Amino acid sequence: MRLSKGGLIDRSAEISFQFDDQWYRGHPGDTLASALLANDVRLVGRSFKYHRPRGVLTAGSEEPNALVHIGKGAAKTPNIRATAQELYQGLYATSQNAWPSLKWDVMEANNALAPFLGAGFYYKTFMWPRSFWERVYEPFIRRAAGLGGLSGQPDPDLYEKAFAQCDLLVIGAGPTGLMAALTAARAGADVILADENERFGGRLLSETGTLDGKSGADWVASVVAELTAMDNVRLMTRTTVTGAYDGGTYGALERVSHHLADTPAGLPLECFWRIAAKRTVLAAGALERPIAFPNNDRPGIMLASAVRSYVNRYAVSPGKTVAVFGNNDDAHQTVRDLQAAGVEVVALIDSRAGAGTGLDVPTYAGQTVTGTKGRLGLFEIALSSGQAIQADCLAVSGGWNPSVHMACHMNGRPEWRADIASFVPRENMVPGMIAAGACNGDFSTAACLRAGIAAATAALGDLRMTAPEIDAPEAEDAPYALEPLWQVPGKGRAWLDFQNDVTTKDIKQAARENMVSVEHMKRYTTQGMATDQGKNSNVGALAVLADATGRGIPETGTTTFRPPYVPVALSALGAGARGKGFAPERLTTSHAATVQANAPMIEAGLWYRPSYFPKPSETHWRQSCDREVGYVRNAVGVCDVSTLGKIDLKGPDAGKFLDFVYANTFSTLKPGKVRYGLMLREDGFVMDDGTTARLGEDHYLMTTTTAAAGQVMKHLDYVQQLHAREMKVRFTSVTEHWAQFAVAGPKARALLNALLDAPVTDAEFPFMGCAPVSVGGIAGRLFRISFSGEHAYEIAVPARYGDALFRDLVARAEGLGGGAYGMEALNVLRIEKGFITHSEIHGRVTADDIGFGQMVSAKKDCIGKLASTRPGLHGPEREQLVGLKPAGAVKMMPPGAHLFEQGAEAVRVNSQGYVTSAGFSPTLGTTLALGFLKDGRARHGEVIEVVDHLREVKALAEVCDPVFFDPDGGRVRG
Amino acid sequence: MRITCPLCGERDLREFSYTGSDDYLKRPDHEASIDALDAHLHLRTNPAGETRDLWYHDACGAWIVAERNTITHEIHATTLVAEAGA
Repeated sequence: MRLSKGGLIDRSAEISFQFDDQWYRGHPGDTLASALLANDVRLVGRSFKYHRPRGVLTAGSEEPNALVHIGKGAAKTPNIRATAQELYQGLYATSQNAWPSLKWDVMEANNALAPFLGAGFYYKTFMWPRSFWERVYEPFIRRAAGLGGLSGQPDPDLYEKAFAQCDLLVIGAGPTGLMAALTAARAGADVILADENERFGGRLLSETGTLDGKSGADWVASVVAELTAMDNVRLMTRTTVTGAYDGGTYGALERVSHHLADTPAGLPLECFWRIAAKRTVLAAGALERPIAFPNNDRPGIMLASAVRSYVNRYAVSPGKTVAVFGNNDDAHQTVRDLQAAGVEVVALIDSRAGAGTGLDVPTYAGQTVTGTKGRLGLFEIALSSGQAIQADCLAVSGGWNPSVHMACHMNGRPEWRADIASFVPRENMVPGMIAAGACNGDFSTAACLRAGIAAATAALGDLRMTAPEIDAPEAEDAPYALEPLWQVPGKGRAWLDFQNDVTTKDIKQAARENMVSVEHMKRYTTQGMATDQGKNSNVGALAVLADATGRGIPETGTTTFRPPYVPVALSALGAGARGKGFAPERLTTSHAATVQANAPMIEAGLWYRPSYFPKPSETHWRQSCDREVGYVRNAVGVCDVSTLGKIDLKGPDAGKFLDFVYANTFSTLKPGKVRYGLMLREDGFVMDDGTTARLGEDHYLMTTTTAAAGQVMKHLDYVQQLHAREMKVRFTSVTEHWAQFAVAGPKARALLNALLDAPVTDAEFPFMGCAPVSVGGIAGRLFRISFSGEHAYEIAVPARYGDALFRDLVARAEGLGGGAYGMEALNVLRIEKGFITHSEIHGRVTADDIGFGQMVSAKKDCIGKLASTRPGLHGPEREQLVGLKPAGAVKMMPPGAHLFEQGAEAVRVNSQGYVTSAGFSPTLGTTLALGFLKDGRARHGEVIEVVDHLREVKALAEVCDPVFFDPDGGRVRG
Repeated sequence: MRITCPLCGERDLREFSYTGSDDYLKRPDHEASIDALDAHLHLRTNPAGETRDLWYHDACGAWIVAERNTITHEIHATTLVAEAGA
């Protein structure tokens, strides 16, 4: 029911919205919950297990009951708390966990079955028969349980992530947080003030007390105005700080556009912040706790603080006749506020004997509520005296729990304060964080204001900044008078955790079944394991457990507080990492020309490289691949090899440094020459290979494989900074700076000589030579190296000329009967020659395994040298690189297949090795494979069995030398 | 977690990669015993408390020794390996 005056809503504007396909009206400033209550909608959801009718319990993000879907279709978001959802024009909400309707829910049958569905029922009930586990029980439980539903479609909403730094992060903008932020801001500190509500002020917006004679809202407005005008302050509304992490790092979820009817294009739904703060003031406030009395879960029963919020902030009375039940003076304030708003208060039930108020209200001191009636909404309560009172709303206050969560996120445990019957943070549980105000057990407004100033002053001291003189405004400073009351005995279930349907009975049963540790009790009963994480109920539950086990509350202890404080969608945590956003794309300079040629791309790390370049007449990739192999073997092929890592090394000790990182020697290489190098890890296994050119006396250019470019760069940094500090050498990655193309085949020199400003000859440019060249006046580099076994070159130009050079090279190659080739052909060409890639040097092979044992120089130390001499890292007991040729009817030898002696059972213990690479060689007209075979070098000529259990392939293969084609290397020198 | 790169200043943990104990600074050369190498490569203490370990700042290429506490995750100091001494 909407009150005729008051509140912080804008009555001049009306908003229409839908709940379960019914239209209602509200005002700007309403939440969905306050607007529903204004329309007398009390039933808003069904509980998780028993499908009990439920209504709004709170007025904040801790709400356990009023969870709804917002939106339709793909944009539907489940489990939105109606109490934290701002109302907007056209908002479309539906209830959850009810079928066919909220009022008539079939699964309410569970409520009658409650005796069988108590704590741990699923451990006991769904045991037999075993065959029912997956086919009957699991589908049944999955259908019955759960709250909101997902749309099942890709999420169309945008999410964003952002980063911020500050001197002081203030979490929560109630009286404590505002004073802390104001104090630090006036001192000149960089301040971030974050609050989950759309308005700053916290409880000040919901209470009637004054500050320096102003209303709470007016005082807040004046402070916010001052903070807004300061450029050292960032004000973050709708932002919940969700977790505290090492080194002053905090996670925070900003709900950017959940409150907008029309989201402007490009605006995200949510943004996940990572905030690095030098100091933090935790001013998270406190949450009121319910009392566990029989049938305390009916719609219409809500927390007293929530009733005050609805009355004072939203100008809504949650009922026509309200009763108030509490164990502390806050209950009395609730009566005062309701009466001031003109709402009829029919009873004040104060569990404290002799509690007096001076209020004009029927007061029942020393009594409790022992039962309630009303299936879809409260209409009557029963008192311990036996008296029944008609009321459609019951405001309950069991006292306040400080929101200690964030202070406990680094595994700290809060301490019990008996005087307020609550847990409070200990000092320094999170380094750099000071807890202040209600979250630290200060419950009066005046105490909070003072605590905010004190906390900021302490933080400023740590930051070596001077706190300004600042006075706290005059405000309410009443002592917090409370007598603990956790549960009320009586007939019927008394709820603790409303969202997961945990009752006092469940906790007692857990204790009886020896789940006496609070962590065991939690998991056995699911107490506090719902999306609200038991914010209202955990302390009550452990009080009941303490009682049931005969221990005190401090001995019983709390469960572990873990981030996030409120649910965070994975879409927000992983913002930006969907689809193409998942990984950066690295594109070569020939990319555009390659795409124009309709080449399908494959990913090589972050790079995109062409698989093959199809001709219109070709219907299968093998046709293209075979043709491209033919280009290189018979004419000339062009391939972009820019993705290989290039590291430029300079300095008088560059050669010495290379001798140390490579197994073989580079200091003896003549300028103008290139050498193949093998790089080991310190444990003796092969890390990478590639060619390194000596461009000048003190100047080398190393190439790495595409896959290991980053790893090798890091390794060089490691070796230099740890073990070669005295060497005069500097190096840097130049991978992106040069576009480099392989020009391979018998006509390679003919092609190049038509292009280069000065032609090259075999005499001055022999195999493994390198030199600067001029291409149309552009300074480039030419290397006579080959990964195909053919007479071949790699030509490099500054990257900005890459696109033009690639197109020119391909056109010239086509004129000579060749053309571009892709990765498939490149792979076949290198298998024909037995050249290795990371398919072979996969991290578990040594130099000796690949037949390069003699490359580890005896004359010098190098990384991995000592380890490579270890027993077991060389010799015939190891699997060695071999070639494999088909020797039976089946020609397939899939990579991953294992090798067995003929007749041996194809099981792991009999495995003699495995296939690493395979392909069809159009040059030799057969399938070829490389692999590793135990003592393989001594077994050339032997026929073995190739078995791939996954692809169900069984074949015979002849073991041979890995170099299938042109073993003398005549072609490469030709 | 925040780590201070001596070259770049305080940065988020995700800019760094962890390698292991600063024992790696004491590399046995090729004339050492296999046992010494084995210890260098594989044997590590696993302290609950103070430790010194190696981190790589991926952004600038600096290898860093971090003195930190494995219980509190506090980082007391960071130095460049190049200046730390073996």
